[in-house]
Amino acid sequence: MTAATAGPSSSTVRLPSTLRVGLARGAVELKQFFRQRDAVVFTFAFPAFIALMLGLIFDEPAHGASDVSISQVFVVGMIAYGIVSTAFISVGVGIALDREDGTLKRLRGTPATAVAYFLGKICLVAVSTVGGIALLLAVGVLLFGLRLPTDPARWLTFGWLLALSVVACTLLGIAASALARSAKSAPAVLNLPAIALQFVSGIFVLNDALPDGMLTVASFFPVKWMGQGFRSVFLPDSMMAQEAAGSWEHGTTALVLAAWCVGGLLVCLLTFRWTGRESR
Amino acid sequence: MVPGRLGRRKHQSMTVISAHGLRKTYGARVAVDGIDLTVDRAEVYALLGPNGAGKTSTIEILEGHRRRDGGTVSVLGEDPGTAGRRWRARLGIVLQTATDAAELTVRETVRHFAGYYPHPRDPDEVIEVCGLTGKAGARIRTLSGGQRRRLDVALGIVGRPELLFLDEPTTGFDPEARRQFWALIRRLADEGVTILLTTHYLDEAEALAGRLAVLAGGRIIAEGTPETIGGRASVAATVTWRDADGDHRERTDDPVALVARLTDRAGGTVTDLRVHRPSLEDVYLDLIGEADLIGERGLIGERDLIGEGR
Repeated sequence: MTAATAGPSSSTVRLPSTLRVGLARGAVELKQFFRQRDAVVFTFAFPAFIALMLGLIFDEPAHGASDVSISQVFVVGMIAYGIVSTAFISVGVGIALDREDGTLKRLRGTPATAVAYFLGKICLVAVSTVGGIALLLAVGVLLFGLRLPTDPARWLTFGWLLALSVVACTLLGIAASALARSAKSAPAVLNLPAIALQFVSGIFVLNDALPDGMLTVASFFPVKWMGQGFRSVFLPDSMMAQEAAGSWEHGTTALVLAAWCVGGLLVCLLTFRWTGRESR
Repeated sequence: MVPGRLGRRKHQSMTVISAHGLRKTYGARVAVDGIDLTVDRAEVYALLGPNGAGKTSTIEILEGHRRRDGGTVSVLGEDPGTAGRRWRARLGIVLQTATDAAELTVRETVRHFAGYYPHPRDPDEVIEVCGLTGKAGARIRTLSGGQRRRLDVALGIVGRPELLFLDEPTTGFDPEARRQFWALIRRLADEGVTILLTTHYLDEAEALAGRLAVLAGGRIIAEGTPETIGGRASVAATVTWRDADGDHRERTDDPVALVARLTDRAGGTVTDLRVHRPSLEDVYLDLIGEADLIGERGLIGERDLIGEGR
């Protein structure tokens, strides 16, 4: 080894860029994720499994559309739950774990930035979300006769919807990680609001079975808009009538999700902690 | 150079750490109660003290991991409370406990962390220096406690730090692993890395540190070299022996003269002759004992270090 003190003067040194470190973090996050096989299977397969169960139970035609089955409505709505599962829950639990096992404390002692750490999480979420959605759509196409759209406009809608949903849920997951007192309690703390929202937002139970009060509450949160948006991508426009407003409401969807992105970012900036509560 | 006294070399008389009146409180509990500390470049400086003495709070303030409640601090010329990324690139921090990156291999992890720094050491070389070459391809969760600790050191030095913080680095090591670890620290010190370590092993402080401070109740109660701390060099020696009259014990400032007198003495045979100088442990326990009597706030931790370092 060479002398430690001999390096160029520190004020002129170029540090590795946050983007480069962030992508490197993404690579190690993915490696660690895929090496825990049980977690991988659970994360990927859970939304598809629920879609399969609901789809097998409710297989009659949907209201007002003889060419659409209720099982298809469940499958495409479940994409919203898939994103909540990979972005909100996995990120929230993952950060609580990183705080507890020393990952964050060690990073904080290096020149790596918090933004690089978040970039790594976003890489992980992107890959696991795309994987989860692919599995859901495969279940829909192979078992329930779902036809993927050919109209590019629908895939464009899918693109912005996916991006806004992932960003909003990831930021909310980061923010919610501060609520968990420990990595052990994190799954419980994060699953409760997530599951509750699936029920009131027309994901686990279809809209027409929900009381008006629940629909109103759900419209303040992102999940309802995500589910509605994904239905608009994969179901024929005749299904629009089944939505609470009788239309797909793309403009409102984009606004609500964007608002949650901004709000989530603000909460992250205000509450993110590198270490657990006992420090400081 | 005398092995084990590496920190006393001073290439440049440049201060790396200087703290004055450092204070840290947790609610009503005072963890650090006005510490003054100066560490020069290429020194190995040890903070010694029982659990709860304030060692970890002090080192974490210097690392920038904790906010201080009072005093002034300069580490590598900057205030750790506000210093940025460039400053962090010049530090190496070895945390007390970490179980992160369990599913990565040793080589992947060291390479990854090298990527954070502008002028990292060669990862494979670092792995070799830390004695982990045989484990380079192993998942981190399969490492033993000592190997895991050496990986922590590898991650601490891969960025080529000017200053290395080691917080109780050898807790839980077997004796051979500790010797290997000490050799690694000496090697780093030889290269001019400034090292601040906390430990509650007296032999570790004696083997590595050029200077050391004993902490109790959040204060430095003694500071010096391992030979001189607590007046160790000037304390009287005790000579014990046995002769026809029985056992004898005498304290003297000049043990050589006393031994000469005993051997010159006509008649009786002197057996079991011993000269005792106070060991670092004797001095340390005296210091801690005094602090314990004085410490009215009950900040002194368990006296669990007796014999632990042996």
